[in-house]
Amino acid sequence: MHSTPESVAVEDLTFSYPNGHAVLDQLSMTVKPGEKVALLGPNGAGKTTLALHLNGVLELQAGSIKVNGIPINEDNLSEIRRRVGMVFQNADDQLFMPTVREDVAFGPANLGLTKEQQAERVREALDAVDAIDFVDRTPHHLSGGEKRRVAIATVLAMHPDVLVLDEPTSGLDPFGRRELANLLKSLDLTQLVITHDLPLALELCPRSVIISNGRVVADGPTPEVLADSQLLAAHRLELPYGFSPAAIAQPEP
Amino acid sequence: MAGAHQHLLLPGTSPIHRLAPEAKIVGAFLFAVGVSITPRTAVWAFALNAVVVALAMRITGYRVRQAVVRFAAVLPFVGFALFIPLIAGGDQTQVLGIGLSIEGLWASWNVIAKATLGTGASLVLAGSTPIPDVVRGLGRLRVPTVIVSIVAFMFRYLDLIVEEMARVRVAMTARGHDPRWLWQAKPIATSAGAMFVRSYERGERVHGAMLARGFTGTMPQMDHRAATLSDWLLSAAAGAISLSLATLALLT
Repeated sequence: MHSTPESVAVEDLTFSYPNGHAVLDQLSMTVKPGEKVALLGPNGAGKTTLALHLNGVLELQAGSIKVNGIPINEDNLSEIRRRVGMVFQNADDQLFMPTVREDVAFGPANLGLTKEQQAERVREALDAVDAIDFVDRTPHHLSGGEKRRVAIATVLAMHPDVLVLDEPTSGLDPFGRRELANLLKSLDLTQLVITHDLPLALELCPRSVIISNGRVVADGPTPEVLADSQLLAAHRLELPYGFSPAAIAQPEP
Repeated sequence: MAGAHQHLLLPGTSPIHRLAPEAKIVGAFLFAVGVSITPRTAVWAFALNAVVVALAMRITGYRVRQAVVRFAAVLPFVGFALFIPLIAGGDQTQVLGIGLSIEGLWASWNVIAKATLGTGASLVLAGSTPIPDVVRGLGRLRVPTVIVSIVAFMFRYLDLIVEEMARVRVAMTARGHDPRWLWQAKPIATSAGAMFVRSYERGERVHGAMLARGFTGTMPQMDHRAATLSDWLLSAAAGAISLSLATLALLT
């Protein structure tokens, strides 16, 4: 295993939006294959901007990103987009086709798969998220939790190596959140989970990274990161009232 | 919340439901063409066409009441057409003591009969075909991809935008906005601007999501049942009837 490349390797990533607002400031971090990492940080810290870089939706301005050892550049953008599955914060932005079936098939079709292969991918991905019954529904008639699961299926259908989820539990009811957490636990993929839901981070991700003002300000085992209340407060994070990470069995690494 | 399109579809598995959408679109279109070129004096041709529409609607599963309600879509045209006999010139006839132009009565009949038959054909199409299938049908008919995509996205996002507008309206009402006069319309105009910006930004995010799944600028080909010969023949039958009736009427 000694020569296995990092699943994701970000080095000195710097990015400003066209209006001059600097979002990422020489950010560096790596994720090992199979690792599940929580990306924490206040609003506006640059978490989503980082995520949009990971599969090349935003163009690199400075720094470098490698996915499984492949650098992100113009030439291998389509390969990167297959390898990195991005689940957006708002499922309505992600589900844009008239039916769930076509939406899940959209990625595989772009990969140039045959129609039989597309159908197989659709079935398999919807099975994985327990949403096969929705296959002929239109996405906007699904509930929030159902949309989120289908959004994950659209990405799973591309057989990614890395799953990047932007606030996967925001706006879900407690039961929808539970279903989603169980689903993410069941997926054996490298995962990068952007979230404000600290108990979710503790449950799913052995490791947490805090990003603030475009830089990594903390990186360590989730129980330790969450136990440091001063660190959390300094970056506008807070555990839910009465929640104690120390009292909870730690996730298996 | 289901959008208006949801109410148009009659769930079912009738022979008309099972036809390929592209064949149905062509059939409905040809039928409408046939109806529109039929001379207005060929009342018998309109009557036969009406039988075709009624039969097709029956097979699609329309109940009488439902059909009547949906035909209300032609009312604006009918309302206008009813005035023609009153204002048109030429020879007059007396109905209930009111002088009506004979030429105007024919014009009025022409508009009403054609609008009703055309609407009937659309109702058969809309009642038996889910919108996603109509979109696919357009694609298979080689309608330019850009237009098909626009229709598809409109269908997908129209409900969301309408819901968003409703939320904005509720938020305005909740803060005491109660527009009654034209000069109170400014908040509506500005919120329309805000809606436009929000929709535009959503468009950018959707485009980002498409890129993330490997979109290269053209919509990929996806799997669907192609129209069979019998689909084409059955659908074309409706068009063929109206067209041949029109031809017959034109020749006689």
